[in-house]
Amino acid sequence: MSQAHPALREPWRSLHRQRQGASFGIWVFLASEVMFFAGALMVFGMLRLQHPAGFLAAARATDIWFGSVNTAVLLTSSLTMAVASQAAEAGLRRLALRCLGITALLGLAFLVVKGFEYRADILGGLVPGPTFRLEEPAAQLFFGFYWALTGVHAVHLTIGIVAVAGLAWRGWRGTLPLASPAFEVTALYWHLVDLVWVFLYPLLYLPGRSG
Amino acid sequence: MTALRQPGPASAGVLWRRTVPVWLVLLGLLGLTLALAYQPLGRLAGPVALGIAALKAMVVALWFMQLRRPDPLLRLAASVSLVWVAFLFALTLSDLLTRTAVQVRS
Repeated sequence: MSQAHPALREPWRSLHRQRQGASFGIWVFLASEVMFFAGALMVFGMLRLQHPAGFLAAARATDIWFGSVNTAVLLTSSLTMAVASQAAEAGLRRLALRCLGITALLGLAFLVVKGFEYRADILGGLVPGPTFRLEEPAAQLFFGFYWALTGVHAVHLTIGIVAVAGLAWRGWRGTLPLASPAFEVTALYWHLVDLVWVFLYPLLYLPGRSG
Repeated sequence: MTALRQPGPASAGVLWRRTVPVWLVLLGLLGLTLALAYQPLGRLAGPVALGIAALKAMVVALWFMQLRRPDPLLRLAASVSLVWVAFLFALTLSDLLTRTAVQVRS
């Protein structure tokens, strides 16, 4: 019997099986996330079909620059996350840790931009209620979804930033071996949070721009 | 020990060269969807924007999320949620889009 690999955990007999189990587990969790967001987007789509004019007017009131810049930031964070995960798998420690750090910083940058956007939205009267600025009643429905969906997404991203920063910290301290499946699992979660935004962007920011 | 090592890339350069093109494609698609949003596409605007989003999602899933690797278990786990989502959309929309008159209060 050779000595067990430091990344190997109970009850797995081999690192390969452990990685497979971890990836399968996170994919099942991500599937539940897909169904959660799909349910919310389904209701959003139904309301949009019933109130096309109000939804177009509301989408035009969102700030397309904040939204587009944040999309680019998240796509870039997915690049560094993918490199970090593959670098960990290949045993490239410095590259993996550096890319994890950049990924967490890009996630933070997204939240900062989103914070400025929320501030502009609140000052611009885009919170549903008595102070709402737009005249179409259905525009309030749109912005109810805007706040809920972007808010839930921001919570997911915050969890991702904490997870990525934790990985970088443990990797840097040397308490987490690079062969651990934690890198791949965290990367898959991060990419899904990116994917959710990929669909929120055309639904919340792009409609009603050409009219 | 060597047997436990995954046959990974040799260097950081190889890894970047493999991943950066995927990112460039994603940024290109972002630019395309942003430009098309300002074109008078009429009723096609929504489907075009969502189609590009689906394309981006596929690129991320295949390259960044490693579904290109021939691992049937992971591919099944990843795609099974889409089956349920397809049921959800098909059944909801088959009701919504076939109602005779949708009353919209203005």
